[in-house]
Amino acid sequence: MTTEPFVVLAALLFSIGALGVLVRRNAIVVFMCVELMLNAGNLALVSFARQHGNLDGQVAAFFVMVVAAAEVVIGLAIIVTIFRTRRSASVDDASLLKY
Amino acid sequence: MIAFWILAPIMVAAAVGMVLVRKAVHSALLLAIVMISLAILYAVLEAPFLFAVQIIVYTGAVLMLFLFVLMLVGVDASDSLVETIRGQRVLAFVAAVLLGVILVLGAAQAIVGPPEGLTAANLEGNVPGLASLLFSSYVLAFEVTSALLITAVLGAMVLAHQERLSPKPTQRDLALQRVRDYADSGKHPGPLPSPGVFARHNANDTPALLPDGSVADSSVSRVLQARGTVREAPRIRRTPGLPDDGSESAPTTGNDATTSGEGKP
Repeated sequence: MTTEPFVVLAALLFSIGALGVLVRRNAIVVFMCVELMLNAGNLALVSFARQHGNLDGQVAAFFVMVVAAAEVVIGLAIIVTIFRTRRSASVDDASLLKY
Repeated sequence: MIAFWILAPIMVAAAVGMVLVRKAVHSALLLAIVMISLAILYAVLEAPFLFAVQIIVYTGAVLMLFLFVLMLVGVDASDSLVETIRGQRVLAFVAAVLLGVILVLGAAQAIVGPPEGLTAANLEGNVPGLASLLFSSYVLAFEVTSALLITAVLGAMVLAHQERLSPKPTQRDLALQRVRDYADSGKHPGPLPSPGVFARHNANDTPALLPDGSVADSSVSRVLQARGTVREAPRIRRTPGLPDDGSESAPTTGNDATTSGEGKP
């Protein structure tokens, strides 16, 4: 059981997530795609941990999960706050900081 | 490896579907499929601790949070299909394909030789192995993690908190308001009539009947009326022998409330 298929799968999932971030405009869906990218990174970390025969990759994946959980909490709170004031969850509408 | 070849197509299909479907709730459910499959792959990759954490933290907590926020923001909020930047989709697709090709090529070149496997590292068990790493070489990062989590908690509290701008109405205020409404517009101060309760049928979507057999509109929730899922009230069968003056008992309860609710002063 080689490592390559796992890493290729991780790369595919990462690019699909990136595509979603670029294409979708609902902020929550964009967020889900970011989560997908983080998970793909985790998969690569875990498979490389097995490739190299030590647990450092798994520790890194664990830290990624912690950071992702914190990020989801803050990001969703921001989305809810924006929705409350602007009645929209689209990333195109929150463009006031540009000006 | 069998698990991988079964799960990998499912994961890729679910991920593609997540990008393509219009409704955000469907995206969330497809993401759940990806995450659970990923947890199984962790188990295959000799990471039982991450398998459990993936299920508990991601599918358990993070996805539930996503679904909660979706319910708050509105389930029907789906993306508009209008492109704001011309050619954005095509360019994004090309960029994603290129990124995937680069990642696959780079990752394939990074792997040399057969995997060493984690049997030696997992000799004392996966969790003790992870713990000894976490509390020795990664102890600083672990401590910083606690600061990160506390910051996240505080940030979420600050962002989600809403100042109350007006004082909370007391029971007395509500009662006075009800009486004032009655004086101004004739709105019935009591509760709304309950929906129809019949011998065969007892449901919220069936309106109550007034004593003359007509339908009391206020007895059914406005949400159901807007959705158009209100049932027809069962017809009162009029026996030919009886006079047609509505004196027969309409099979409803709450008639008193209904009549007083509809009657203007």
